[in-house]
Amino acid sequence: MIDLSTKYLGLSLINPLVASSSPLTGNLDDTKRLEDAGIAAIVLPSLFEENINQEQQQLEHYVHSQALGHNEAESYHPVPENYKSEIETYLEYIQALKSNLSIPVIASLNGVTDSGWVDYGKELMQAGADALELNVYYVAADPEQSGEQVEERYIHLLERLRKQVSIPIAMKISSQFSSVANMLKRFQASGADGVVLFNRFYQPDINLETLKINPHIELSTPIESLVRIRWIALMRSRVELSLAATGGFHTVESIIKALLAGADAVYLCAVLLNHGTEYCVELLRQLDLWLTEHEYESIEQLQGSVSQSCVIDPAVYEHSNYKDVIKSYK
Amino acid sequence: MSKSQKIILDGNQAAATVAHLTNEVIAIYPITPASPMGEWADEWSSRQQPNLWGTVPEIIEMQSEGGAAGAIHGALQAGSLTTTFTASQGLLLMIPNMFKIAGELSPAVFHVAARSVAAQALSIFGDHSDVMTARSTGFAFLCSNSPQEVMDMALIAQCVTLESKIPVLHFFDGFRTSHEVAKVDSIGTDVMQKMIDFRFVKEHRQRALSSDHPVLRGSSQNPDVFFQARESVNAYYQALPAIVQKTMDTFAELTGRQYKIFDYIGAADAERIIILMGSGAETAQETVEYLVSQGEKIGLLKVRLFRPLDSVSLIGAIPASIKKIAVLDRTKEPGADGEPLYKDVATALMQHFSGESNKFSTLPLVVGGRYGLSSKEFTPGMVKAIYDELKTTSPKNNFTIGINDDVTHTSLSWDASFRTNAQKNTFQAVFYGLGSDGTVSANKNSIKIIGECTDKYVQGYFVYDSKKSGAVTISHLRFGEDPIHSTYLIGNDDADFVACHQPVFLERYPMLDKAADNAVFLLNTPVEKKSVWSSLPATMQQQILDKKIRLYVIDAYKVASETGMNKRINTIMQTCFFSISGVLPKDDAINSIKQAVEKTYGKKGKQLIDLNYKAIDQTLLNLYEVDVPGKVSSKIQLQKSITDSASDFVKNVTAEIIAGRGDAIPVSLFPVDGSYPLGTAAYEKRNLALEIPVLDEGLCSQCGKCPLVCPHGVIRSKVFDESKLESAPESFKSMPVKGKDFSKTLRITYQVSPEDCTGCGLCADICPIHDKSNVSHKALDMVAYTPELREQEKLNWNYFLDLPEYDRGLIKSNTIKGAMLLQPLFEFSGACEGCGETPYIKLASQLFGDRMIVANATGCSSIYGGNLPTTPWTKNAQGRGPAWSNSLFEDNAEFGLGMRLSIDKQKQYASELLQGLKNQLDDKLVNEILSADESTEEGITQQRTRIDKLCEQLAAIKTVEARELETVADKLSRKSVWIIGGDGWAYDIGYGGLDHVLASGRDVNILVLDTEVYSNTGGQTSKATPRGAVAKFSAGGKPSPKKDLALLAMDYENVYVAHVAYGARDIQTLHAFNEAEAYAGPSLIIAYSPCIAHGIDLKNNHQHQQMAVDSGHWPLFRYNPENAKQGINPLHLDSKAPSVPYREFVETEIRFNMLWRTHPEVAEKLLEQSQEDVLHRYHYYEQLANLPYGEVVDQTGITQPPHRKLASVIKQQLAQDLHNTKEADEKKSTSKKGGQND
Repeated sequence: MIDLSTKYLGLSLINPLVASSSPLTGNLDDTKRLEDAGIAAIVLPSLFEENINQEQQQLEHYVHSQALGHNEAESYHPVPENYKSEIETYLEYIQALKSNLSIPVIASLNGVTDSGWVDYGKELMQAGADALELNVYYVAADPEQSGEQVEERYIHLLERLRKQVSIPIAMKISSQFSSVANMLKRFQASGADGVVLFNRFYQPDINLETLKINPHIELSTPIESLVRIRWIALMRSRVELSLAATGGFHTVESIIKALLAGADAVYLCAVLLNHGTEYCVELLRQLDLWLTEHEYESIEQLQGSVSQSCVIDPAVYEHSNYKDVIKSYK
Repeated sequence: MSKSQKIILDGNQAAATVAHLTNEVIAIYPITPASPMGEWADEWSSRQQPNLWGTVPEIIEMQSEGGAAGAIHGALQAGSLTTTFTASQGLLLMIPNMFKIAGELSPAVFHVAARSVAAQALSIFGDHSDVMTARSTGFAFLCSNSPQEVMDMALIAQCVTLESKIPVLHFFDGFRTSHEVAKVDSIGTDVMQKMIDFRFVKEHRQRALSSDHPVLRGSSQNPDVFFQARESVNAYYQALPAIVQKTMDTFAELTGRQYKIFDYIGAADAERIIILMGSGAETAQETVEYLVSQGEKIGLLKVRLFRPLDSVSLIGAIPASIKKIAVLDRTKEPGADGEPLYKDVATALMQHFSGESNKFSTLPLVVGGRYGLSSKEFTPGMVKAIYDELKTTSPKNNFTIGINDDVTHTSLSWDASFRTNAQKNTFQAVFYGLGSDGTVSANKNSIKIIGECTDKYVQGYFVYDSKKSGAVTISHLRFGEDPIHSTYLIGNDDADFVACHQPVFLERYPMLDKAADNAVFLLNTPVEKKSVWSSLPATMQQQILDKKIRLYVIDAYKVASETGMNKRINTIMQTCFFSISGVLPKDDAINSIKQAVEKTYGKKGKQLIDLNYKAIDQTLLNLYEVDVPGKVSSKIQLQKSITDSASDFVKNVTAEIIAGRGDAIPVSLFPVDGSYPLGTAAYEKRNLALEIPVLDEGLCSQCGKCPLVCPHGVIRSKVFDESKLESAPESFKSMPVKGKDFSKTLRITYQVSPEDCTGCGLCADICPIHDKSNVSHKALDMVAYTPELREQEKLNWNYFLDLPEYDRGLIKSNTIKGAMLLQPLFEFSGACEGCGETPYIKLASQLFGDRMIVANATGCSSIYGGNLPTTPWTKNAQGRGPAWSNSLFEDNAEFGLGMRLSIDKQKQYASELLQGLKNQLDDKLVNEILSADESTEEGITQQRTRIDKLCEQLAAIKTVEARELETVADKLSRKSVWIIGGDGWAYDIGYGGLDHVLASGRDVNILVLDTEVYSNTGGQTSKATPRGAVAKFSAGGKPSPKKDLALLAMDYENVYVAHVAYGARDIQTLHAFNEAEAYAGPSLIIAYSPCIAHGIDLKNNHQHQQMAVDSGHWPLFRYNPENAKQGINPLHLDSKAPSVPYREFVETEIRFNMLWRTHPEVAEKLLEQSQEDVLHRYHYYEQLANLPYGEVVDQTGITQPPHRKLASVIKQQLAQDLHNTKEADEKKSTSKKGGQND
C-alpha cells in the first residue's frame, strides 16, 4: 500500500489532490461527492469583498433607503427579516462543510480594502476554516505605481492579516512578478504558510456586435501546467513554504510531474468539471498504479525529487530553453 | 395598572399592531393612505409573528376592496376573527357587504384611514366623506384623533364588537393621523388579554357556519317579514353605547387612559362649544385650553362613538350653561342643509328639548360648519374664529373655515397669526429636502433617537409634492416637554430650526418665512465659505438680519462624495441637525446616530457602517457657521414659477399652487366641473438634471430612437427648411435630413429641453451610433449640466419650439424616424426618472393625440398625468390634443367604453341629421363626409376640412336640425378612444370590466402599462406579478405564475392583442400601436414597463426589457384578427424562442434575486418552474402561431374561424377515425361471420 499522504499548509492531507475554487466546491452535495471520491481538501469559491460591498450598496439603495418622496408609497420592497447576506451565507456554508466533511476546508478570500481583508479573514477563521487562501488579484494598470509599490500591497495585507489570523495562510498569486522567487521569499518572511502557483484570471473580451467588454473565462488547458511545474521546481529548495500547483493539471502525468518538481498539493478544477467529481477516484488509482509500477513507497519519497536542487541539469529550469526546443526540430 | 412602554410609530402602525394581535384572518387591498396597515400585517405574518392566541394571522390580498369585503364576510361566517384596512373608494366598494356583515350581527373591526371620496377630482388626503357614506350600513363608528388614540381605540373597538356583536368601523384621519409619527404608550399583550373576554370569542365561533350544526343564514325575505326582521336587532344597537363606555372604563383601569364616548374639555360653565371628531379635535383642544386659561367660557365636545348615536350621553356631556354650539364636519354633502354630525346634534338637542326633562333653559343655537376637507389645514386661528363667530348675535350656519369662499360666502375669516402657548416648551423644526435624498427617513430616525433617548414627546409629519421624480418633501418635526396636540403644520415665524437640504431650493421657496426669531438656518450648498452670503436671495438675507437667524453651512454632497456615500446626504444632514440644534447634547446625539446606523445595517452592512461613521465624523469637521454681514447685499430674487406668457388661469391658479400658495386661492377661481387646461407641465421648469444629452450631428444617423425612449418627452426631432436656419442660435445643431422622402433643402434636428430633462440618460443609452475611433463617444452623450450649457440649450430649445411642425400628412408614421417627427402631446411628466410607462403614452399621443380621448385608470399614470398643479397632456398649434379623464380605479374599461358609445352614438345621430339635411347642403360634400376614409392622416385632415365647410353651410340653414347637427358635427371625424391603466387595474380590480369591454367588440384601444405590481401604492403584488418575484404580499416570492392576459383576450378572436416592450424592439411597438388604432374592434396592448418597484436602476431600463424578451419572460407578439380574414394566422410572434436562461434575467433584478437571500430553496424551485413556464408558453404560442389558416369551409358550408378550425380538423379527424374503426369492426365482424359461415 503506497502512502499517498502529504502535508500542505501544515495540514495533513490523505493525498495531494485538492479541489480548487470552482462551482463544485460551492455546494454541499458536490463537496460530499468530492470527499467520497477521495479528494484530500477543498478550497471554497472566493469570497469577494467587492461583491459584499456591491450587495450592501444595493441593499442600501433598494431596501434600507427606499426614499421615494411620494405620498402614496414610502417603499417598494418589503424589508426582509430573514435576509442572508453574502458573507452570512458564506460563513454558514463553512460551518455546514465543517460539520459534514472530515477533510480540511480552505476558505478563499479576495479583498479590496485593508479592513476588508483583515475583518473578513478573521470571520472566515472564526467560522471554522482550516486555512485561508488569499486570492490576490490586482491589475497594476496605474502608470504612477511602481512594481515595488505593487509588491508592497501584497506584503502589507499579508502582514496585517497574519497578525489577526492564526490559521495557515496561502497566497494564491499570478506569475506576473518581475521576481517571483523574491516575492515568495518575502511572503515567507511575512508569515505566509504556502503559495499557490499560479492564479488564472477572468479576461475581458470585446463583443464585436455591441463593442462592449465582457468578462470571459476559459477552463485551463494541459499546457498551462508546465509553467507551474517549472516554478515549483525552481522554488522547492529555496523557500520553506508549502507549494501548491494549480492550473492545467488534467492528467495523472501532470500531477506526478508537479509532485516530482516539489508540489505539496496539486489543485484540480477543469478536470473535475469536465469529467465529474468521480474522476478523482480514477486519478488516484492511476497515481497509485504509477507509484507502484515505479516502486515508490510514498508520495513523500517522490516529492521534490526532480526539483531544481535535485535535478541532473539544474540550469535547464532557469535557462530560456527554447533554443534546445528549436534545435530539436532540426 | 399595567406598565406600558413608550414606542414611536404612526397611526397606521398603531392600528395594525392591535389588529394583527387580535385577528386570525385579514383580507386587504392596497389604497392610500391605508395601505401601510395591510403591509405591516403582512410583514408580521410573513415573519411568523403570532396573534394573542399564538397563531399567525392569515393575510390575503384580494383583487379589490369589494373582493376583500366578500372574503371577510365569508371568514366571519365561518367563525374567524377577521379584519381589514381601507379608505375612500375602497370603503365604498365594501359597503354592500358591510350591510350584510352588520345585518348578520358579525363581530369585526374595519380600520379606516379616512380619506376624501373622489368627486370633481381624486384626492388621497384625509376627511370623513368616506366614512360618512358608510354610516347607514349598521356598523358602529368609533373615531380616534391621534396615533395614541388609534392604538387604544383599535383595542376598544375589538372588545366592543365581540361583546356587542355589532361590527365596528374604527376610523382616524388619513395622513394627519395615519401618517403622523408620535411617541405613544404601547398596550401590552397582558392588557389585551385582560380586555378581550374569551367568552365572546367563543360565542362568535359557535355561531360559525358548520356542517356539524348547520343553519341557513342570509335568506331571501318577502314583504311579510323583512321589516320585522330588520327591527329585530334594535336591542343590540341600544346596548352598544354602554358596552363601549364600559370597555373604555375597563381600559382606563388597566392603562390609566380614560375615554368617554363623548369627551368634554373646557370650562364647566361654557356658553359656546364646538363639537367635532377626528384629528381636528386635538387642535381644538389645544386652542380651548389656551382660551379657557385666558378666561373664555368655551368648551369642546369630542365625539368618539358616532354610531349608534347615544343622544342621551351626548346631551349629558354638554354643559347646561351652553348657549351656542358649532358642529364641525370634515365632509361635504352637496345639497344637504347640513352635514351629518351637525344634523345628529341638532336632532338630539331638539329631541331633548322637547322631552320631559330639559337641562337647558333655552334651546341652544346650533350652527354647522365644514373644515379640513382633504387634509386642509385646521389651525388654532381657525378654531378661535369659530368661537368668535359664535359670539356674534347670528352666527353663520353652514359655514366653511380654512378657505376663502368668495362665491357663496360661506367662509369665516380667521387670524393666521393667532397662536396658543402650546409651543412654549416645544422645539419646532422644518426641513426642505428631495424625495430621493433621504431627508424624510433621516428625520424619522431623528424622531426615534430623540423619542427614545429622552422623555420628550415627539411629532413628525411629512408633506410631499405630487411629483414622482424630484419631489420636494417638507418635514415638520416637534419635540416637547408636554403632550403635543398640534395637528397642524409648523407655521410662519414658528420654526426654531430650518434646514435646506438642496441648494436649488434657495431661489424656489421662501423657507425662512417659517423661521422664528433667533432660529438656526442650516444650508447645504457647494458655494465656498466666502461666497455663501452673497449666494442667498435678498429676501432671505433680510429675514436673516431681521430675525437674527444664525446661518450654518455644509457642503453635504462634497462630504458624501469624499466619504464614499455617493449622493446620500441624509446621515450628513442629520448629523448637522443634532450638532447645531441643541435638541440633545451633541455627543449623545452623535453616538445615537452611530448606534442607529449600526442598527440599520447590522452585521450585513459593515462597509456601510464604516462609510456612515466616516461621513458623520467628516460632517463635524466641515460644518461651519457663517458670519452674517450687517446688511443685505444680494440682487438675487426668488424665481417666478411661471412665465409671463401664461394664461391668467395659469398665473392665478396653477402658478400659485406651484409656489405653495394653493391654500389661499379663492373658490371663485376654480373650475366648477373639475376641468383644467392642458400643457401646464411645460411651465414648470424643474431643472432636475445633473447631466443632459448633447448631440453630435456629425455622427447622428437620424434613427429617431432617442425621442422614442425619452420618458419625459424632452428630446424632440423636427424637420424644417434650411431657410429657417438664418435666425438660429449659433449653437443650434441640425443636419440635412436623410431619405428620399425629404427634399434636399430640409434639415433635421434633435433638440433637448434642458430645463425639463431629468438626466435619466436613456436617450444616450439607446443611441446606437458610436464614434468609430472611440466607442465611448456616441451621437448622443450625457454631458454635465452647467449653467453655461443650460443657457445655451434654453436658447436652442426656444428656437426649436418656434420652428413649425412638419406636415403630419407627409410623415411616414410606420417608421421610428417618421413617427418621432410627430409632436408629442404628452410632455415633461413628473413620473420617476427613466419611467418605463411614459414612452408608450407619449408614443400614442404622437400618433393619435389630436383625435384621442383618454380614459385613465387611477394609478401612476393618473398621478403623473393628472395630479395638480400641472399636467403633461398638451395640445398642438391647432388647439387639438388628447382629452383626458380619470373616473375610478376599478371602472376604467367601462368608463372608456362609455366614451366610445357616446361618440359613436353622436356620430350616428350626426350622420342621420346629415342625411336629413342632404337636400339643403352640398350633395357632394355630404356624400364625401359620410363615406370618408380616415385611415390616413391625410384622410383625417380632409374630413376635418369637410366638417368645417359643413358648419359654414349649416349656419345658413335655419332649422332645428341644423342647430342640432352643429352640436355633434365634430363627431363625424374619427375619434380615437384610449383606455389606459396599469396592471393592478387590468389584471385585478378592473378585470371584470375589461373583459366585458373586450367582449363588446367596440372600437377602443386599451393600453396596459404592465409594471407587474401595484406601482403607485408601493409595489404590492398583482396578478401580473411573475412567479418568484418578491413584492409586498409576496414576501416569500409569488408562488403562482403571472396571469396570461393576452391569451385570455386572444380567446375572444375578435380582439387585437399585442405584447410589446419598446426597449427591446421599438419597431414592433410602433407597429402594434398603429395596428391597434387601425383595427375597428377592441385592441389590447400590453406594454412591458420597467419600474423602480422591480429593484432596478431605471437607467438600465432598456437592458432589462431586452433581457425580459430574450429570456422569454416577455415574448413579443401581435394577434391581429384582420389577418384571419385574409387566411393568415392572426398570431405573429415577434420575438425568438428564449435564448437567455431565465436565471440570467432574474439575477439582474432585486425583486427576484432577493428571494435567494431569504428563501434560497424556494427561489431555486420557483426559478425552475418559471423556466418551464417561459419555455412552455413560447412553445404554446408557437403552436398557435403555426396553426394552419386559410379558406376553411366546413361540411355545412360555413366558414370556420381559425380556433374552431383546429377543433373542426380534430373533429373531422376523430370522425374519420371513428368511421375507419367502425368499418374495420364491421369488416372483422363480417369476416368472423364469414368464418362462421365457413
